[in-house]
Amino acid sequence: MDRAQLWVYLAEQPLLWLTVTLIAYMLGHAAFVRSGSRAVVNPVAIAGLILASILLITDTPYAEYFEGAQFVHFLLGPATIALAWPLYQNFSRIRRLILPMLVALVVGSLVSVGSAVAIAYSLGAPDQVWLSVAPKSVTSPIAMGVAEKIGGLPTLTAGLVIMTGILGAIVVSPLLNLMKIRDWRARGLSVGVAAHGIGTARAFQVSSVAGVFAATAMVLNALITALVASLLVTV
Amino acid sequence: MPAALTFLLTFQLVGLVLVSVLNLAIPEPVIGLILMFLWIHLGWPVPIELGPLCEGLLRHLSLLFVPAAVGLVTYLDLLSQHWVPVFLALAISTPLSIAAGAWTFSALARWMKLPPEGDEVKQDG
Repeated sequence: MDRAQLWVYLAEQPLLWLTVTLIAYMLGHAAFVRSGSRAVVNPVAIAGLILASILLITDTPYAEYFEGAQFVHFLLGPATIALAWPLYQNFSRIRRLILPMLVALVVGSLVSVGSAVAIAYSLGAPDQVWLSVAPKSVTSPIAMGVAEKIGGLPTLTAGLVIMTGILGAIVVSPLLNLMKIRDWRARGLSVGVAAHGIGTARAFQVSSVAGVFAATAMVLNALITALVASLLVTV
Repeated sequence: MPAALTFLLTFQLVGLVLVSVLNLAIPEPVIGLILMFLWIHLGWPVPIELGPLCEGLLRHLSLLFVPAAVGLVTYLDLLSQHWVPVFLALAISTPLSIAAGAWTFSALARWMKLPPEGDEVKQDG
């Protein structure tokens, strides 16, 4: 087998892209740890950039990459369910705070949708595009469903959701340090509302309390958004 | 570990069945999460390794988003056509939303005289 044949053979194996995905993440994670856990050194962004470059350079279609990466992607489902565990362990703490949490969640969510739509609309984005921007802070399956119902482009929304998550994970610590908001609960909750699972992953990196509040906020935001969206459609 | 994994996946499967039968707009892992939470909360039996499995999955939650992040390449065409309004909308609204949510929660917690948690914030930037 010469080199070109070997590449063709390997590129078809799920093993190649699964392993490369893990290596890219390990590099991203190592960079994150080496930087002293700085938020700007985001492992998802680094791994994503490395892998996207490899796909572009080797002219590999995303579908072929996903044959291998799907094993990692699949675990998102079980990992979401696994959030029930820390939620259970911190339930007494969450229950006491349900009122301020719900208010902050609604405020955060309205600011997210309102400001994003206002900016995209006033800068002249076509209808389909600003409608696709609206649900960007919710976890992707719900965001895509909402986009479809209100007349946006679900695939564009899926991309925007990921970008929002990475952006939120990067800005949350510097921003809230600047605002002198030191409360882990407030920090976790706000990033869970604004930046869904990627923000939640970031929150767990920093503090388990922040992670639990981020997870709760993400789930409640998903449920409320799905509810509001289905009401919108029936009206 | 197999017991805990089976336990977790069963909740996801039940979630999937409920979503398709009831035609719900909510993704099946979210339903699974709620059901598993209720199960544990009611004090029903769970596999011993459930805690370690869940903690293990969540410790590297970021990893699981990598394939979706790579998927951004498939949206490059769509994004590049409208990148100015879209990028500005995300870059401004995301920090704004985080600031609004965090500020509202802290203000309410202070008003309700709930003690803060986390004065020991790491200076990690």
